[in-house]
Amino acid sequence: MKTIVCIKYVPDTSEAVVKVNPDGKSVDSSRFSFDINDADNYAVEESVLIKEKSGGEVTVLSIGPKQSDVMIRMAMAKGCDRAVRIEDERMALHDPVIVARILAAAAGKQEFDLILTGCMANDDGHMSTGVALAEELGVNHASMVKKLEVLDGRVRAHRELEGGLLEVVELELPAVVTIQTGINEPRYAPIRGIREAQKKELLVSNLDDLGLDAALVDEEASLVVLEELYIPEVVSTAEIIEGEPDEKAEKLASILVKGGLV
Amino acid sequence: MGNILVVAEHRQGLVRDITYEMLAIASGLAKEMDGEVITLAIGSGLDEVAKKIAGYGVKVMVIDDPLFADFNADKYQKVLSALIDDLKPALLMAGHTAQGVDFMPALAVEKKLPYVAETIALSYTDNQLKATRQLYSGKVNARLAFKQAATYLVTIREGAVEAPEPSSAASIEKIDSPLKEDLAYRKFVEYIEAEVGDVDITQSDILVSVGRGLKEDKNLPLIEELAAAIKADVAGSRAATDAGWIPHDRQVGTSGKSVKPKLYIALGISGAFQHIAGVKGAKIVVAVNKDPEAPIFSIADYAIVDDLFKIVPKLTEKLKELKG
Repeated sequence: MKTIVCIKYVPDTSEAVVKVNPDGKSVDSSRFSFDINDADNYAVEESVLIKEKSGGEVTVLSIGPKQSDVMIRMAMAKGCDRAVRIEDERMALHDPVIVARILAAAAGKQEFDLILTGCMANDDGHMSTGVALAEELGVNHASMVKKLEVLDGRVRAHRELEGGLLEVVELELPAVVTIQTGINEPRYAPIRGIREAQKKELLVSNLDDLGLDAALVDEEASLVVLEELYIPEVVSTAEIIEGEPDEKAEKLASILVKGGLV
Repeated sequence: MGNILVVAEHRQGLVRDITYEMLAIASGLAKEMDGEVITLAIGSGLDEVAKKIAGYGVKVMVIDDPLFADFNADKYQKVLSALIDDLKPALLMAGHTAQGVDFMPALAVEKKLPYVAETIALSYTDNQLKATRQLYSGKVNARLAFKQAATYLVTIREGAVEAPEPSSAASIEKIDSPLKEDLAYRKFVEYIEAEVGDVDITQSDILVSVGRGLKEDKNLPLIEELAAAIKADVAGSRAATDAGWIPHDRQVGTSGKSVKPKLYIALGISGAFQHIAGVKGAKIVVAVNKDPEAPIFSIADYAIVDDLFKIVPKLTEKLKELKG
């Protein structure tokens, strides 16, 4: 089984204030810590589990800056065999269709039976890249998969629908499967793996290396123009409880008790 | 400039709310676009589904064929691809749901048409369609303009607008399926219902719910102690259930449960849209989060901007004292 796993280096903004840069088209990510996208972390684990069970090899594919090599090495420390990182200034990465086109060009240079991606990115959250990638490559797909079984020439995928209902589908390989968080328990990289990962191949490619015409993936090529990013007003009618931490806790306790809420 | 084709979403014989929410967005936009809204229902045995949707005053086009007895993204794509050619809608709209995201991106690639995912608002002025969507779990909005095209594609976020009330009944037209044969390469196998756990959080009076802010499972006793003090059940966001801190059947949100407690205490939950959608039925929401801009505060009645670890121990202590 030859597997490709697509991963993305994203900022952790879960408890951070996000500010838009003066250009109005990007966010100030200078204070954020970056790491592998949540769902992609599960995709890496799934790819390694498949390799451990059925043999074969796993290639990591990522579009991102040099700093993301740390993340890529970590995926290799967990068991992925090699990696291709794509870096180029000319790509319209706000558009998931363009991202899919770039990944397809890179994946098209490899042999593969299965491509795994996360089903959603923490940052732009289109939930679209994996399914668009399948169409670019002309292969089957299933999205938001919470359980994956590899059969003979096929996969059985449990798609997570709303309300926790699962839709089970079977696909002929080759196929793209987008992985939902919670499908497995991502491992920590073993120390020995971390050492070995340093010796594994990490190829850095630009669009020319991929044989991909920049005019197919630049802003002109995108059918959608990013006009402006802005911070939405959080319309809150909440009563904000102020004070030192202990005071806030005490005030909240009395509100809950006096209001008969507890 | 043209019609809006809305792909109705239904499952196991029931029309999902996103269908009506899309009709609300489409009706407003159709006036600006000088077109008509048409709903497309694809499935098998759709008489009731079609009648229900037509009751919202919007013309329904029905492809009712045993080929579509179960949802199959590839079949939807084939049908929609043919209908885009035949009907030339100005805008094709589907839900940003497990169904919609499984065919719309592929359709956009196949037809080389502009596509925006998880749209929360659309506008059409001076012959220009624009979409608004959110990034960073709702902390940033993006406004996007579509380049001119014969058909624009969008998926619409669930719950972005209120569903309208039913109005007068509109016409139902059955059309033949452009797809005639089954597809060998993707097969529906079965539905598996969600697991049932020891506590049904949809019935809980008080929920203490944790998110990513809990950081690790060794911090869970802190939360459990608070819950015990006020006889609450413990629930969690997707981040908390994925991490294994909280059982999956206690996940609050679109992919988990919609809850309706009289008190919901959200600790270290930023409030991604998918989570908030599951909390709409709660009477009183208390939120504790370090980020003053966290979207969870938009549905909170009482807000504490702080680290949950600085608040919860004292809160538990004080509640125990007050409740004697």
